[in-house]
Amino acid sequence: MTKMTFARAINSGLRKSLENDPKVILMGEDIGALGGVFRVTDGLQKDFGKHRVVDTPLAESGIMGTAVGLAYRGYRPVVEIQFDGFIYPAFDQIVSQVAKMHYRTQGAVKMPITIRVPFGGGIGSPEHHSESPEAYFTHTSGLRVISVSNPQDAYTMIQQAIASDDPVLYFEPKRRYHDKGEVDETLELSAALSLEKARVVTEGTDVTLVAYGPLVKTAKDAALAAADEGVSIEVIDLRSLAPLDFATLEASVRKTGRLVITHEASQTGGIGAEVAASITERCFYHLEAAPVRVTGFDVPYPYSKLEMHHLPGLDRILDGVDRALGRPNSLSGLEG
Amino acid sequence: MFTDDAGKGGIAAGGPGNSAESNRRTGGDLVQLVTPGGERVSHPEFDPWLQDVTDEQLGALYEDMVVIRRIDAEATALQRQGELALWPPLLGQEASQIGSARALRDDDFVFPSYRDNGVAYCRGVNPEDIVKAWRGNALAGWDPYTVNVATQQIIIGAQTLHATGYAMGIQNDGADSVAVAYFGDGATSEGDVNEALVFAASFQAPVVFFCQNNHWAISEPVRLQSHIQIADRAAGFGIPSMRVDGNDVLAVMAATRIAIDRARHGGGPTFIEAVTYRMGPHTTADDPTRYRDANELEDWAAKDPIARLKSLLERKGLLTEDLETAVAAKADAVAKALRAGTINMPEPQPMDIFKHVYSTPNSSLERQQDHYSRYLASFGDPAEAASEEGAR
Repeated sequence: MTKMTFARAINSGLRKSLENDPKVILMGEDIGALGGVFRVTDGLQKDFGKHRVVDTPLAESGIMGTAVGLAYRGYRPVVEIQFDGFIYPAFDQIVSQVAKMHYRTQGAVKMPITIRVPFGGGIGSPEHHSESPEAYFTHTSGLRVISVSNPQDAYTMIQQAIASDDPVLYFEPKRRYHDKGEVDETLELSAALSLEKARVVTEGTDVTLVAYGPLVKTAKDAALAAADEGVSIEVIDLRSLAPLDFATLEASVRKTGRLVITHEASQTGGIGAEVAASITERCFYHLEAAPVRVTGFDVPYPYSKLEMHHLPGLDRILDGVDRALGRPNSLSGLEG
Repeated sequence: MFTDDAGKGGIAAGGPGNSAESNRRTGGDLVQLVTPGGERVSHPEFDPWLQDVTDEQLGALYEDMVVIRRIDAEATALQRQGELALWPPLLGQEASQIGSARALRDDDFVFPSYRDNGVAYCRGVNPEDIVKAWRGNALAGWDPYTVNVATQQIIIGAQTLHATGYAMGIQNDGADSVAVAYFGDGATSEGDVNEALVFAASFQAPVVFFCQNNHWAISEPVRLQSHIQIADRAAGFGIPSMRVDGNDVLAVMAATRIAIDRARHGGGPTFIEAVTYRMGPHTTADDPTRYRDANELEDWAAKDPIARLKSLLERKGLLTEDLETAVAAKADAVAKALRAGTINMPEPQPMDIFKHVYSTPNSSLERQQDHYSRYLASFGDPAEAASEEGAR
């Protein structure tokens, strides 16, 4: 075990993938000498050369489209999108090409492309630097979408994503880049939890609280705080947003009978909507209350001095937990 | 690959009397080696690239063009008869497609658009596989790796980036094959094409940009896409270009050979504008009489690529009865096989809809697949249930 930051853990995972497979190529803006604007690729170009860690022109569709061509040629491109809000110019290549090529060619052409996206808010950034665009991609068949919440997963899941023959969007919570955690760099991928599995991170009996990426830490803090009041929260880290691990979610909700989902992304059409709908379909008779969503509002990402109102924090999450439990809450008296 | 080697010429080009650097021309006058009347005109720069073309090969080019026109006509007829849902005719663009495709090596890799059926044919794609997607029996008709042709791209210009990325891969592998992107005049307005030109130039990737300027992007004339001649755009990216008569199969072949040779020997990308004309509609669903002048069509009919090569063969005394008979027989046979193959194409099965979405098992999709399978089974005969489902 080594204690390292979240960003370092991704770097270490990328390094291992570059070492293990000569077909792995990193591509992106400023990822070479600079090591990326968040330094996640720090030192990799120096050690693996400009042929393997490629600084690209500033054109996201160009990066993604050339990654498609490299994948056609048998490479495993790992693309860094500098910030969440910069992914949209690449949207067409991701949705129309990366996601559909395997289906279009009836399995002949594989797209083992990993798309790294630093995402989410909480760092006081200007516009386009704090978004959570994951739902655009979970809605697109052919893509796998994952989000990591801790350094160990960051280290193993980046390698699993790269090893996957399917395209994977890897959402990194940029406000957690400097959080430190223990990482077992000797962990074999075959021994690690599979890429599409959720993980119960805090066991509990009263309510299931589902989170991913940056809010897993907040959810765990909420569970600690609630325990003081005698409320037992089971926290689930989704890890995979597409597909969702309903087996783990169902098992938890059948036990607790109550479901709260939280994410930074806007509410309408988000991951929370899909979790709520599917869990309601799958275990309606085990639910004691309607599922509750605690999410970013349906607004463009606000200016940074207001972002903490937009982002679900510990108190808003606990308020949602109170709603699920029928305890006094901010909406008491309004609900039918 | 990539930045280390950017700009370096690599091994000297092996072309006759040329090097990769000596003929880095940009746009300029339209290169024509055979006049519309079939007269061969000499061209000091292009002629050396055709020295090895034998009389027999001229006849083969003629055969290719006649056969692909016949495939095109047969497919149009199949659409009119309800056997294909749609068809994008290439009528008029035979020289551009055959001349360029016949300049490639087997291990070169082509990224075509939906209209490049002549290119697919030359690369060995079975004609019934070419129409498969238009019949609705698949999204694409062939395995790209068996013919080194990507599936035909429908998103305008997207494939130019794929070709560029593939070429970056070739470079990284230290191979000497070349990627070729086929696209039209309309595509040159797309961001992806412009980004592809930027990437190709920056990394000096071994890619050829083959633009068929057929003058129309559905109803939009080329002048709406570009204020200058399309080939001249390449200069802004630092990419050498050529503007050739796209209805002159020899000019197209020479230009493509020059570009391929440059790319193969480390000279980087080239842009070719093949000036041709879409004699037919955009697709069988289009009606060009609403937006273009009949006189224009007449002018271009006089420059027909097949008639032109035929005249050249005649002038050279190569248009023998044997050749004409053999070519006609081949076209008849191919068309007949295409028709039979299309009509007898096996129907896809309902559960095929779930295949190949992912490479690895996906729990969410498996559940939907299982539920739909049960739903179909609830009707008894699954095939019958599917046809009823479609009718609703």
